[in-house]
Amino acid sequence: MAELVWLIPAFPLLGFLVLLLFGRRLGDPIAGYFAAGMVFASFVVAAAIYFDFLGKPEEDREEVVTLFSWLPVGELQVDLAFLADPLSIAMCLFVCGIGGLIHLFAIGYMQGDPKFSKFFLYLNLFVFSMTLLVLGENLLVTFLGWEGVGTCSYLLVSFWHTREEAATAGKKAFITNRVGDWGVMLAMFLAFATVGSLSYNALNDAAESGLMSGVAATGIAMLLLLGATGKSAQLPLYFWLPDAMAGPTPVSALIHAATMVTGGVFLLVRINPVITVAYDWVPTTIAYVGGITALFAATIALAQNDIKKVLAYSTVSQIGYMILAVGSGAYVAAIFHMITHASFKALLFLGAGSVIHGMHDEQDMHKMGGLRKYMPVTAACYIIGYLAIAGVPPFSGFWSKDEVLLYALADSVPLYLLGLIAAIITAFYMTRQVILVFFGEAKWESRANEAEAPEPEPTPQSVGAAVSDDPDEAAPDGGAVTTHGAHGEFKPHESPPVMLIPLVVLAFLAATAGVLNLPALFGIPTRSQLKLEEWLHPVIEFGEADIKSSWAYENEYLLVALAIACVAVGIGLAWLIYSQKRIKPWEPSFLANGWYYDSTIAKFMGGPGRAGFQAVADVDRLYDRHVVDGTAIGVRETAGQLRKGQTGNVRQYAGFIGLGALLILAWLVVFRGIL
Amino acid sequence: MLAQVDTFVGPEVNWFALSPLIALVAGALLMMLAGALTPRWPNGLYALACATTAGTAGALAMVQWDDITDNGPTTLVAGAVAFDTFSMFVTILICVSIILVAMLADDYLRGTPNDGPEIYALLLTAGAGGVVMASANDLIVLFLGLETLSLALYVLAASNRRSNRSGESGIKYFVLGGFASAFFLYGIALVYGATGTTNISEMVVALQNTVDLETPDGLALAGVALLLVGLGFKVAAVPFHIWTPDVYQGAPSPVTAFMASVAKAAAFAAMLRVLVIALPFYRDDWRPVIWVLALLSLLVGSVVAVVQTDVKRMLAYSSISHAGFLLVGVEAAGHTAGELDPGSGMSAVMLYLMLYSVMVIGSFAVVLVVQRHAGGDSSIEAFRGLSMRRPAIATAFTVFLLAQAGVPFTSGFIAKFGVIQAAVDVDSYAIAVIAMVSAVIAAFVYLRIMLTVWTGTPAENSEPIRVPLAVGVTIAGAAVFTLFAGIIPGWLIDATDTVTQYAR
Repeated sequence: MAELVWLIPAFPLLGFLVLLLFGRRLGDPIAGYFAAGMVFASFVVAAAIYFDFLGKPEEDREEVVTLFSWLPVGELQVDLAFLADPLSIAMCLFVCGIGGLIHLFAIGYMQGDPKFSKFFLYLNLFVFSMTLLVLGENLLVTFLGWEGVGTCSYLLVSFWHTREEAATAGKKAFITNRVGDWGVMLAMFLAFATVGSLSYNALNDAAESGLMSGVAATGIAMLLLLGATGKSAQLPLYFWLPDAMAGPTPVSALIHAATMVTGGVFLLVRINPVITVAYDWVPTTIAYVGGITALFAATIALAQNDIKKVLAYSTVSQIGYMILAVGSGAYVAAIFHMITHASFKALLFLGAGSVIHGMHDEQDMHKMGGLRKYMPVTAACYIIGYLAIAGVPPFSGFWSKDEVLLYALADSVPLYLLGLIAAIITAFYMTRQVILVFFGEAKWESRANEAEAPEPEPTPQSVGAAVSDDPDEAAPDGGAVTTHGAHGEFKPHESPPVMLIPLVVLAFLAATAGVLNLPALFGIPTRSQLKLEEWLHPVIEFGEADIKSSWAYENEYLLVALAIACVAVGIGLAWLIYSQKRIKPWEPSFLANGWYYDSTIAKFMGGPGRAGFQAVADVDRLYDRHVVDGTAIGVRETAGQLRKGQTGNVRQYAGFIGLGALLILAWLVVFRGIL
Repeated sequence: MLAQVDTFVGPEVNWFALSPLIALVAGALLMMLAGALTPRWPNGLYALACATTAGTAGALAMVQWDDITDNGPTTLVAGAVAFDTFSMFVTILICVSIILVAMLADDYLRGTPNDGPEIYALLLTAGAGGVVMASANDLIVLFLGLETLSLALYVLAASNRRSNRSGESGIKYFVLGGFASAFFLYGIALVYGATGTTNISEMVVALQNTVDLETPDGLALAGVALLLVGLGFKVAAVPFHIWTPDVYQGAPSPVTAFMASVAKAAAFAAMLRVLVIALPFYRDDWRPVIWVLALLSLLVGSVVAVVQTDVKRMLAYSSISHAGFLLVGVEAAGHTAGELDPGSGMSAVMLYLMLYSVMVIGSFAVVLVVQRHAGGDSSIEAFRGLSMRRPAIATAFTVFLLAQAGVPFTSGFIAKFGVIQAAVDVDSYAIAVIAMVSAVIAAFVYLRIMLTVWTGTPAENSEPIRVPLAVGVTIAGAAVFTLFAGIIPGWLIDATDTVTQYAR
């Protein structure tokens, strides 16, 4: 069964090709259903392989499928090969499962878009690349998928090219990711130079058997960490992700929340033996990168007003938890949190998409409120997602976050505190968001009277109504919902079933995904405990930290109680501030502006950075005009008479070449002693 | 005198082994002769004749390739010409490039006073010069090829008589090229003085037998330095790149494409012949120079390209940065030059040249299409909104730009991977890392062009962009090759692996 693993990327690739050729003819919505079908087909294959593996003994749950030899360069033999093992199959299951649901949602969301089929073409290409990334048998195949998902992300963020903001965001994502990609490429060459292979099995075997030196392992791990910070939006390369929200919402859900951004975490888990044999400070660095990012991004999310921006920063923060888990040696917890996060964050994003859809493209949370009455299904699902991310038991996020915190404490106390404070803040800002959007007064009512209110497609009727309403009906008191005829244009509406079904399924997953890896607490039956750990065991057994004898493990009840208390504090505070209005909200501008991190970089790149590039160009020109002039001054004197008929430039060019010749000769004279 | 003539015995010539070269030269001569004697040929026939000639030469080179792999490399014409897969690979590369460029030139020349056999004959002549450079086993023969190629290129660069810039470009190239050739020739003279021969086979033997390591031979080293200047000029390595932007921008686009592919390939082939094959003895002397040239080319090429506003100039600077990558490969070859195991540097350079030639011709073909539509304007503004007017062309352009940036699944990735892997193989980490940094910087340039192509609305003038059939076929073919070679490069890598079995 596992030898059919190539079918998993093949289906989305087929979908991409068919849509490329016949996409326009299939049109709206058949192209969308076709694309979704292809992704679900991959899911079925992955599920079949999963059950096949379940029936086998643990050591047989691995299969390498080689399609062909891709790069036969001397000693380096790189195959286009897939590795089916518990890790890659687990990744495929959730990438294809959640990806398929998001495809379905997008059918409703993108309805009527002139580039409907193109959108699904990109989405299928994305799923293809993502499955390549997780199924790759060696670093190069993974890198191929890595670049592929990056390109798709870039294409999809700028999908609505006409929005200037979208084009800039796409550019930012591309450039930042190039920096990370550079790290991955260096890691590949280092792996080749030290181990002589790019295959994961060879690398991990070399690490496990002690053939790989600590220096080499450190280099590879740190370079891959650089790649991970780019792709998974961690400090210092996180700032592209919030801007990437300019893309359509299903894209944010699929790429910038559930799947692509977890690529970095996956890569680090994949090479966990290498991290284990690296110097001790490597895992510590990884853990702090994750922990600090988790806290840093959570503080920024406190003061955001755009519904999607809050979720974007929360994504950065949650991935920080996963990286923290990797650094603490909690590889199972990292994957566990990745899966639960994928379900609840996809749910939140799709819920936000449904809200935005229902609010006619309004994204400012301060202009929403009271929406639970108009969008009951969306609100219910969103609240389940909220409870999961906030860490309220027994929703999925509670279990996975606890697992991460447990291992963090076993590793070091500061790491645990970073994670715990971030958890309080997470509960706080998510409560704030839910209150602003779904509860309280309906602040969108006044929109009808705002002349400058942004409207996606102003129908003549609504424009006329807005203008004529202005003088006499300009006093919306909020509270009671009154929809006068003219205001009916702005009444939020529930989304169509094709968008709601994925929401309901994801809500179910977000509520229950915790059963994947229940801890040995609360009298949970032993055979239901730690299923994911058991499944991933062959992949992570070398790297996973053993915490069985630590203080944290023995007092897990205490930790759970503390975590629940923290969540309660976060939720309670937010409730007092935003619902009861007992305390004035504190949303300083430095948080709203993300600690000015992004704008500082933008200033540098726009100012000194660009000036630096210009300076090199100037020096090049200067060299040509002045330095060469200077050295060639003698030539100029003698050539003075001939000068009249010449452009002058060519002579300088020749001087430049002469100078180069002199330098080469000088080098040989001075260092090689030819005289 | 007469007595001498009587005793002169001409070298034995294996005419068939020289057939690719003969085909090119004969094609050029026949086109000139027939073109002069017959009335104007129907549209497209000149280009067809040119492409057919190049195709024949390429096919003959493939036949020779088989012969070489069966019977081993050898030298021809009394040791003056090498007969090996190295020269045949470059011959095939040049022939493919001529075919593509001829298809571009056809439409470009329609309706101009140049629409005759001359331009095509010059393309073939230049190609023949390139082939000679790549197959030379004697420095004088190599110089002969260099001049044949260069003289044809000077005329081609200046061939657009209606444009002052074209003329300026030609004269600049001519003056500076002459200057550089003088360096090269002087270098040959000095090396001859030191070794007593210009023949590469004899030179290697002479150096091994006579030179004593303790006291380096100043005469020969000075010769090496001057050869480096001449070669550096031809491959457009910084600081000898100075002519490139002006000449690339001014020359007609098909000619620019020709320079970036054929001239660059021939120059790098010559560089490998001279440095790696003929002068491995001095490899520790020339390798650091190549290292510095590579470093400067990589950085200046990619950084300066970022601030350009003209797409042709951007591509000119990007070609300088590509030259830097190729020099990384040459540097890697320098570590193991002359040894029994020649390493992978030479093969990587050959592979890069083949892949780069195709993508650069494709890029310039798109520039040609846009430039003609915009009335000769090749600034980046002319590309705004290209995707709305010609989505297929915009897609192909994107493929070329992604390939130049070295994105996987395109041939550019395979090319860059090859040279960097060769550098890592010989522990040249520093230059490999710098090359990758410059690739990151250069990615910005390509991204900027791509963004202009895919975003924004085209200017008011909504005349449809005309894509002539031949140009369209060229672009499509180049794009398909770029993708195909990126996904299934094994066959090309295998072919280039054999070039290290050179004759000498």
